[in-house]
Amino acid sequence: MQRIRLRYTKRGRLRFTSHRDFQRAFERALRRAEVPMAYSAGFTPHPKVSYANAAPTGTGSEAEFLEIALVEVCDPDKLRELLDESLPAGLDIIDAVEARTSGLADRLTASVWELRLDGVRPEEAGHAVAAFLAAEAVEVERRTKNGLRTFDARDAVAALEVARPQPDRPGDGPCAILRLVVRHVTPAVRPDDVLSGLRAVADLAPPVPAAVTRLAQGLFDEESGTVTDPLAPDREAARPAPPMAAGPAAAKAPEGAGTA
Amino acid sequence: MPAESVFPQLEALLPHVQKPIQYVGGELNSTVKPWDSTDVRWALMYPDAYEVGLPNQGVMILYEVLNEREGVLAERTYSVWPDLEELMREHNVPQFTVDSHRPVGAFDVFGLSFSTELGYTNMLTALDLAGIPLAARDRTVDHPIVLAGGHAAFNPEPIAEFIDCAVIGDGEQAVLEITEIIRAWKAEGRPGGREEVLFRLAKTGGVYVPGFYDVEYLPDGRIARVVPNKSGVPWRVSKHTVMDLDEWPYPKQPLVPLAETVHERMSVEIFRGCTRGCRFCQAGMITRPVRERSITGIGEMVEKGLKATGFEEVGLLSLSSADHSEIGDIAKGLADRYEEDKVGLSLPSTRVDAFNVDLANELTRNGRRSGLTFAPEGGSERLRKVINKMVSEEDLIRTVSTAYGNGWRQVKLYFMCGLPTETDEDVLQIGDMAVKVIAEGRKVSGQNDIRCTVSIGGFVPKPHTPFQWAPQLGAEETDARLEKLRDKIRGDKKYGRSIGFRYHDGKPGIVEGLLSRGDRRVGAVIRAVYEDGGRFDGWREHFSYDRWMACAEKTLPELGVDVAWYTTRERTYEEVLPWDHLDSGLDKDWLWEDWQDALDETEVEDCRWTPCFDCGVCPQMDTEIQIGPTGKKLLPLTVVK
Repeated sequence: MQRIRLRYTKRGRLRFTSHRDFQRAFERALRRAEVPMAYSAGFTPHPKVSYANAAPTGTGSEAEFLEIALVEVCDPDKLRELLDESLPAGLDIIDAVEARTSGLADRLTASVWELRLDGVRPEEAGHAVAAFLAAEAVEVERRTKNGLRTFDARDAVAALEVARPQPDRPGDGPCAILRLVVRHVTPAVRPDDVLSGLRAVADLAPPVPAAVTRLAQGLFDEESGTVTDPLAPDREAARPAPPMAAGPAAAKAPEGAGTA
Repeated sequence: MPAESVFPQLEALLPHVQKPIQYVGGELNSTVKPWDSTDVRWALMYPDAYEVGLPNQGVMILYEVLNEREGVLAERTYSVWPDLEELMREHNVPQFTVDSHRPVGAFDVFGLSFSTELGYTNMLTALDLAGIPLAARDRTVDHPIVLAGGHAAFNPEPIAEFIDCAVIGDGEQAVLEITEIIRAWKAEGRPGGREEVLFRLAKTGGVYVPGFYDVEYLPDGRIARVVPNKSGVPWRVSKHTVMDLDEWPYPKQPLVPLAETVHERMSVEIFRGCTRGCRFCQAGMITRPVRERSITGIGEMVEKGLKATGFEEVGLLSLSSADHSEIGDIAKGLADRYEEDKVGLSLPSTRVDAFNVDLANELTRNGRRSGLTFAPEGGSERLRKVINKMVSEEDLIRTVSTAYGNGWRQVKLYFMCGLPTETDEDVLQIGDMAVKVIAEGRKVSGQNDIRCTVSIGGFVPKPHTPFQWAPQLGAEETDARLEKLRDKIRGDKKYGRSIGFRYHDGKPGIVEGLLSRGDRRVGAVIRAVYEDGGRFDGWREHFSYDRWMACAEKTLPELGVDVAWYTTRERTYEEVLPWDHLDSGLDKDWLWEDWQDALDETEVEDCRWTPCFDCGVCPQMDTEIQIGPTGKKLLPLTVVK
C-alpha cells in the first residue's frame, strides 16, 4: 500500500466550505479521478483518507494537509494534477509527496495566519498588537458545544505583527494586515480568539469581519520563530541524492512567518 | 437594474450566518456565462432552502437545457434562511443567484418551480428581496417576467396576483420556446412593453397569463366563469409534454454541491408519467402518458453522470420505478457494471405488486438489507379499491415474507389518513396489517428483531384528480382517527413494541388543501401570511397553522368564503373549478366518472397492459404511450487503463 500526502487550499469563496463539506467533495473527486484508493473493511467501506488539523469554516487556507492510502503505486505529481483538476477551483491540490516518514500530524505544531482587517488603520492595529504582546495572559471567551469557555489566548501566540501596508490598494479605505504565528495547543487558539484578545486589550473592533487565511502550517522552529515545511522530510527521504532543482512551484517552503 | 455581482456585500454577511457555503455557488458542473454574451437571461428558483432545492431535478434540467443554448444564460437562486434575510434587508443586499451573485431583478425571466404549494410564501420573500413588486400589475417593463412551473402550477390561481405567467407540464421544450419569444421581442426594442410580450406568450396557448383572464363569481361564492379579457387569448391553456425521453438525456452534468443536501446521489429519471391510476395521486394524473427512457439511454446517462459527479449512489427515479418494462435487466446490468466501483443503486417508489426479490437482490448486492419501503396507502381492502391502489393484503404479506426470508429485517409502510369514504375502521386496519407483517416476519426469519414502521400522512385532495371534488377531512377528525390507531398499536402487548408509528398532525394538511384547491381569493391569505412573517411553510419549525388561520379569518370572510369552504366542502359536478381552464389533457367527465367509480369501490386497470379507458390525455395532447421492451441489454463497460 502506498501512502501519499497532499497539501491543499481553501481559497476565495470556497473558504466557506466546512471540513465535512470538503471531505465529501474530496472523496467524490477521488472517484471522478479514478484514484486506486484503499478502502476500509466492513459493511460500508470508506476510502482511506486521514485529514489533519482542518482550518475553521470561513477561514481561507494555503496549507491544509491530508494523507491517502492507495492500492496501486502512483506518481505523486501526476496524482496531484489529476485531483486538482477534479476539484472545484479554490479547493486546489498544490503539493504531493509519497509518505516516507511517520507522524505527519506530529510535524504540524504551529500555523502562520494572515488576518486582513478592512477599515482598520495599521497604526491602530499596531497599538493593539503591542498591548497584546505586552500582556502576560489575555483571557478570551468562546462559545463551544459545552457552553461559554474562558481561556488564555496569549501564551500560544509565538508571533504577531502588523505587515507593511500594500501600496496597490488605492482609495479602498484603511486596511491593516496582521501576521500571526500560533502554536497548536489544547484548547486550540484560533485567529478569532486572537482577534477577541485584541478587542479585550485595546478595544480593537474591525467594522467588517476579518478575512483570515492560513499561510503555512508545520513544525514550529523556536529559533526562527516560524514553521518548516511538514512535507520536506518525506521529500528528502525520497531523494537522498543531492537535492534536485526546484520542485513544483507550490512546494516551496512556507513563507510569511516573519520575525516577531 | 445593474447586473453586477453583489458578492462583495454578501461576503461580509456570510461569517454571521449558518452554513454559509450554501450561498457561495461554485458547485461542480455549474455554469457561469459572461452576462454580455447573452440576450435572454433566466433566474431559476426552487423556492426552498438550498439543501432541498439544489438536488431538484426539474431546476437542474432546465438550467442545463438553457445554458446549452447560445445567447441564453440561466443562473440559480434559492430561498435564504431568515438569519441571512434579516442581514440582507439591513444591508440592502438583493435576492441573488448563487452562480454569479447577480441580483434576480436584473434577469429577463424569474422562473420558479413549485413542487408544492408550501413554497408560495417563500416566493413572496424572494420577490420582495429582489425589489420586484409583489403584484404583477405593479411591475414595469424593466422587471423580470415572473413565471411559475412545477406540479403546483397546475392550479396557479392562488398565486395569480403575484405571477406574470405559468407553464404547466414538462419544461424542457417550453423554456426554449419562451426564450425565443422574449428574444424576438427584445430584439425589436420591446414594443408594447410588458403587456405585449405576455400577450405573445399567451397566444401560443402554452403559457397561462392570469392577467388576461377575468374570474366571475356566483352569489354563493362559487366561480361563475373564467373568461379571457383580451381578444386572441385562448380560452384554455395546454400542458406541455416531451415525447421521446432519450432525446432529452438531462441532466447530463448533474450539479455536485459542496454543502450537504437532502439527496446525495446521481438521479436518472427512468420514465415519466404513470397510469396506475391511483386516484389521490396528482403526479400520476398530470404527467400522462407513460414515456420510458430506454435501457441503453439509462445506461449511458448513468455512465456519464457518474463520471461527471463521482457520486456513489444512483437513484433510478420515476413515479413507480419497478414498473419500467425492462427494470430487471436495468438493475442487473447496472449492478454488474458497477459492482467493483462500490456504487449503490436505489429504486425509490416501488409498488408492492411490482416488487420481486431478484430485483431487490440486485439492488442490494453490495450493501445491507436494512429496510424496504412500500406504500399500500389505504389500511383496508375496501379503501384501497376506493383509491384504486390495487394491492391486496395477500400480495403484501407474500412480498414481505420473501423479503424477510432473504435477510431483510425492517419494512416501512406508508399510508394516508382522511381518504374519501374512510371510517375509523379503515384506519384501525393499518394496525392489523402491521401486526400481520411482523408475525410473518418472525415466522419466516425465526427471529424476533423484526420491525415494521407505519408512516401516515394526511390526504389532501388535489386538482386534476378524481378526488378534486372530494371533501377533505378536518384537522381535528384526522388527529382523532390517528390517536385511535396509536392507542390500538400501543395496546398490543405482543407486537406493539415492534411497530414504529409516525404521523403528522392534520393541521399542515388543511393549509396545503387551502392552497391546492384555492382560487384567486386565496392570494390575499398568502400575502397576509407573508407580511406577518410566514416563511418556509414546509418546515415544521417555521410553519404556523395559527398564523395561517388568523390571516384567513382576516381576509376571506369579506370575500364570502372561508377555509372550510375550500377544504372540507364537497364540490358538485356542475361547479366550475378554479383550474378548469388549465388543460392537463384529462377529460373532466372521465375524472367525474372515476370519482363515481371510487365511491362505488370500482377499480380501473392500467392502460399500459389493458385497452385504453379514455382518460382523454393522448388524443387531447396528441401523445402516446412509449414503453419497451427494447430487448437490449447493458453490456459490461470496457475498462481503459
